[in-house]
Amino acid sequence: MKSLLIAESRQGKVLGGSYELMAFAGELASDTVMFLVGSKEALPAYGGRLYLADAAEVGDYNPEAHRELILQVIAEENPEMVLFCHSSYGWDLAPRVASALGAAQVSEVVALRDGMPVVPVCNGKLRRQVQVATTRRVFTLQAGAFSPSAEPSGTPEVIKMAAPAPGRVEFCGYEQAAVGGVDLGKASVVVSAGRGIGKPENVKMVAELARALGGEYGASRPVVDAEWVEHNRQVGTTGQSVAPKLYVACGISGAIQHLAGMKKSEFIVAINTDRDAPIGEIADLLVVADLKQFVPLLTAKLQAR
Amino acid sequence: MKILVCIKQVPDMEAKFKIDGAGTWYARTDLAWRMNEYDEYAVEQAIQLKEQEQEADITVLCIGGEQVKETIKKALAMGCDRAVHVAMEAVSSLEPLQIAGIIAEFARDQGFALIFTGMQSQDRGSGQVGLLVAEFLTLPAVSTVVEFAYEAGMATVRRELEGGTRACVKVATPAVITCQLGLNSPRYPTLPNIMKAKKKELRTIPAGELLKVAPRQETAKLFFPEKRGGGEVLEGEIGELADRVIQILKEKTTVLS
Ligand SMILES: Cc1cc2nc3c(=O)[nH]c(=O)nc-3n(C[C@H](O)[C@H](O)[C@H](O)COP(=O)(O)OP(=O)(O)OC[C@H]3O[C@@H](n4cnc5c(N)ncnc54)[C@H](O)[C@@H]3O)c2cc1C
Repeated sequence: MKSLLIAESRQGKVLGGSYELMAFAGELASDTVMFLVGSKEALPAYGGRLYLADAAEVGDYNPEAHRELILQVIAEENPEMVLFCHSSYGWDLAPRVASALGAAQVSEVVALRDGMPVVPVCNGKLRRQVQVATTRRVFTLQAGAFSPSAEPSGTPEVIKMAAPAPGRVEFCGYEQAAVGGVDLGKASVVVSAGRGIGKPENVKMVAELARALGGEYGASRPVVDAEWVEHNRQVGTTGQSVAPKLYVACGISGAIQHLAGMKKSEFIVAINTDRDAPIGEIADLLVVADLKQFVPLLTAKLQAR
Repeated sequence: MKILVCIKQVPDMEAKFKIDGAGTWYARTDLAWRMNEYDEYAVEQAIQLKEQEQEADITVLCIGGEQVKETIKKALAMGCDRAVHVAMEAVSSLEPLQIAGIIAEFARDQGFALIFTGMQSQDRGSGQVGLLVAEFLTLPAVSTVVEFAYEAGMATVRRELEGGTRACVKVATPAVITCQLGLNSPRYPTLPNIMKAKKKELRTIPAGELLKVAPRQETAKLFFPEKRGGGEVLEGEIGELADRVIQILKEKTTVLS
């Protein structure tokens, strides 16, 4: 079997997910070739054949042109499997490629079971094993699900690709979220508020627990989207990554995008009314309780020590 | 200007899920149903656009059994003008390609300037449907949109990337936009608008009339993830729970010393 790995680069840097594609292909003992819109100054550590288009000409985000280039590589290499990261780049591009190929697409693969891809369902509460009916298949892989066992190495054999005509979607540049304010990464304790807090007034009880534990408070995304807490306190893939000594998740279900930002914490306590909340999968301690009663009580007991 | 919004009805994710008899989906009993969170942002964006472009007309489309009408009514009460219910009970047996095929078949030649979808559903989570609708209709598409502005046939949007970075993107209409959390603040239907919604057009089309695409994949098995083990679960009276937590933090961490 042969797999085409769609590597990713942003602002001249190869992104780490690219190596996870190699790890997945390795698990299937598949041959690989790689495609990247990037720069010859920053090549991935990869020992195989790399089809490279110049990001300066094509643009980091130019989905119709990227699709065109990928289809050229597929015509040349005839891979059975095309692998993307399940990232803002990959989930945007994969359906376009799968559609052009008439291939089945399976999104956010987390494992293989009986040789079939497994994907999460219902916010990670369930798993689905998928039977693909087409010979050619397109998978996107969940970030972190397949880790390279060794430090990636090698220098690719580069095949340069010419820029195709620009697509109808015009990329005008990047914007960085305003940084500054709190650096959650420095706190030894982070106590985060999730949607389970119910109303903005309850941010205060989470902040007070954080203070009683000598730490900072953070939040999950819905709490930030609702503007109950500033964005620079958001934990997760689209916020900050933290790895404190203690992480307390108050009313947070444990979606993969949240876990990605806190699962490296040394000790994780979750407070949740739902005994089956996916946060329980990674928590060292799951306290099944209503946070509105439990959090103030715990804070009071800590302060009384 | 005609706008199409595609919505899905999903269960509340806090439910206790069970596997159905066939072992390929969750059982539909004992669940509370609601509009897919991502789609709420799509509906709101369409309505905000109508507030800006007064002559706009919004069609909301939902595929599913009789019960999805509740969710359709919510979208009408939020401010969509008319609704299409594509009727099919066993909608969970369709793969994203087929869902997109149905939507495209309905939308073809109808002159929608913008088609809004959520970026993914909360239950299936494939994130494919909006982009595939665009492929079927050969329209340009932008996914994962967290900011949207429209002026004179041109949409200027921000795509959300990882780690707080955004990409600024422009696309001429007609186009498909898939909506990410935080795009706007979805409104709650008011009582007068709920009453008004009852009089709005709700057309039912049997899915068979629009389903022309064969599946390329199927679910072999649905199952619960293996528990990782190791984690302790505490239940009981909250005063005792708090004492127990403090004791465990003293034993297992250094933060209370
Ligand atoms: C591309 C992408 C990027 C994303 N990036 C991020 C990110 O960076 N960070 C992030 O957090 N999310 C992110 N998300 C969103 C993520 O998928 C989830 O929607 C989100 O994390 C859910 O937040 P939550 O757990 O607070 O809310 P919910 O999932 O709604 O969970 C609320 C929890 O509170 C519990 N609860 C309710 N009431 C109580 C009570 N009284 N006491 C105790 N518990 C209670 C419930 O049982 C439930 O488990 C992203 C999503 C996408 C698609």
